Amino acid sequence: MFLAIVAVASLALAPHYLPDFYVTLLSSIFRYTVLTVSWATFCGPTGYISLASAAFLGAGMYVTALFGEAIPLPVIVVLGGVAASLLALLAGLASLRIKGIFFAMFSLGLSEGLKDFINWWEMVKAGRQGRLVISASNETIFYTMLIILVMTLLTSMLIRRSKYGLALRAIGEEEEATDHLGVNVNAVKLITFAATSFWIGTTGAITVTQFSYVDTQVAFSVFYSFVPTVMALFGGIGNMLGWILGSFVFTILTELLLTPFPYFYMLIFGTVIISVFLFFPSGLVGLVTRWRKRERVRPNATL
Amino acid sequence: MLILEILLGGLLTGGIYALLAAGFSLQYGVARVLNVSHGEFIMLGALSTYSLYVTLGINPLLSLVIVGPVLFPIGFLLNKLLFQRIRALAGSREIFEGWSMLVSFGLLFIIQNIALLGWSADQKGYSFMAFPINLIGLRIPANRLVALLLAVAIGICFFLFLMRTRLGRAIRAASQEETGAQLIGINIRWMHGLCFGFGTALAGLAGVLISTMFTVSPFIGLPYTIIAIIVVVLGGLGNIIGSLVGGLILGLISSIVLRIEPSLEMVVLYVLFMLMLLIRPRGLFGK
Repeated sequence: MFLAIVAVASLALAPHYLPDFYVTLLSSIFRYTVLTVSWATFCGPTGYISLASAAFLGAGMYVTALFGEAIPLPVIVVLGGVAASLLALLAGLASLRIKGIFFAMFSLGLSEGLKDFINWWEMVKAGRQGRLVISASNETIFYTMLIILVMTLLTSMLIRRSKYGLALRAIGEEEEATDHLGVNVNAVKLITFAATSFWIGTTGAITVTQFSYVDTQVAFSVFYSFVPTVMALFGGIGNMLGWILGSFVFTILTELLLTPFPYFYMLIFGTVIISVFLFFPSGLVGLVTRWRKRERVRPNATL
Repeated sequence: MLILEILLGGLLTGGIYALLAAGFSLQYGVARVLNVSHGEFIMLGALSTYSLYVTLGINPLLSLVIVGPVLFPIGFLLNKLLFQRIRALAGSREIFEGWSMLVSFGLLFIIQNIALLGWSADQKGYSFMAFPINLIGLRIPANRLVALLLAVAIGICFFLFLMRTRLGRAIRAASQEETGAQLIGINIRWMHGLCFGFGTALAGLAGVLISTMFTVSPFIGLPYTIIAIIVVVLGGLGNIIGSLVGGLILGLISSIVLRIEPSLEMVVLYVLFMLMLLIRPRGLFGK
């Protein structure tokens, strides 16, 4: 706990002693960590694979794009989160009975469908494909993201340690039995889904101020649906440390690789994902656990 | 007249959709892999045809015979090297389905990146049999007619293959009841590989046909994959014949929407898709 406060405090002072490049890098790391942790808080224990993160991020982005000039930034960020939550509630309500691979497809359809719909709306009603967005300074973005990150982590911890967390894990193991036990499975799913998507929305709302222009391809890119899944699995889906570690390591790797190989990052990305599944499905945390167990087995091996 | 135009357009689009979906359905129905990278093989087929035509002057119709046999072993190997291993590592079928879908996402990124490196991001098109033909009072570009006929021909061949040959029956058995199929002596690993290979081959063939009519680029993959998913859900996941029918139906709907409000085409399909998942997830002909 103390470590956490020290970490946050030192991060908060970062813009003062780090060059701009690192500040934006940290903002990126925060952004992907929020996405990953939000995604994994619901999808980790339940085993559902939601590909709707892009929809929530894009919703937040478009809230800023549409209303950024009229409404002050803090309010807009919150509104972005609200928009994403509403979307999650609606989608969640609709898909309560859908499970497994169908849910994954439904969420993918939601992301892509929303993308195309907004694209059509923009084309027909506004006559254009993209929008200019208000700008915010790197520092503003950094601090906002830091706050969002802390809130996301708190939300996630709160959910996981509460009866909701237990319910989520129970749902992941055997949904029907959990339902029969009297747990309001629908409520648990909906509330968790909406709560976690809120932070994704806020992230979208503030992130978009970094680009001066946004269109549906950028905002609702399938990349953003996929990234949290990969990062969480890469770090280790089982616990929160895994998610944070995964997004941290992965984002740094991506940033390191992006500059020397701008035309290869998708290739590397894809290869990493496949490698995760082939070689370490329990993620980095799993690797560490296995390594630690190996050390302990040896003394008894003489038996 | 309008109705005839819509019908013909629907048949053409439907034929292509049916081909896409058939391949995808094979991969999901038998190998249980929701291959999100399916569209990338379509893209590869399309871009290869373009290159073969533009640089070597090879007739796209000939490319059909080239692309198919090249993509088949690639698909077979992908299954053997990748998905077979995942199947061994995953604990349950649901986990396998989830993991294999994510792995195929990785494949999507890899293939698309390679295509971008090889062909660059801009749209590519070529003119092939673009002259119009008069048919029952309608003027149709010859390439569309040829593509339609070929799509239908391939579809019928595939249908007959599934229904009349021993291998086809084995495939259907494997998709209906995997354990039962194994019990009667069907080598299920072989089936997985073959079906995956057929899937990628069919995707490539669809890509060849698509390249004769539309411009193509390394980015056309995902929308086609989603169409394949929609068709397969509509027809019934796991039902390969159902996906052929579903493709035709969806093609027709697509054709109608294109007449009314062209830019809403995909949105309508998505809405239909989500409705389908909500109301009748097993599709029209699913088990």
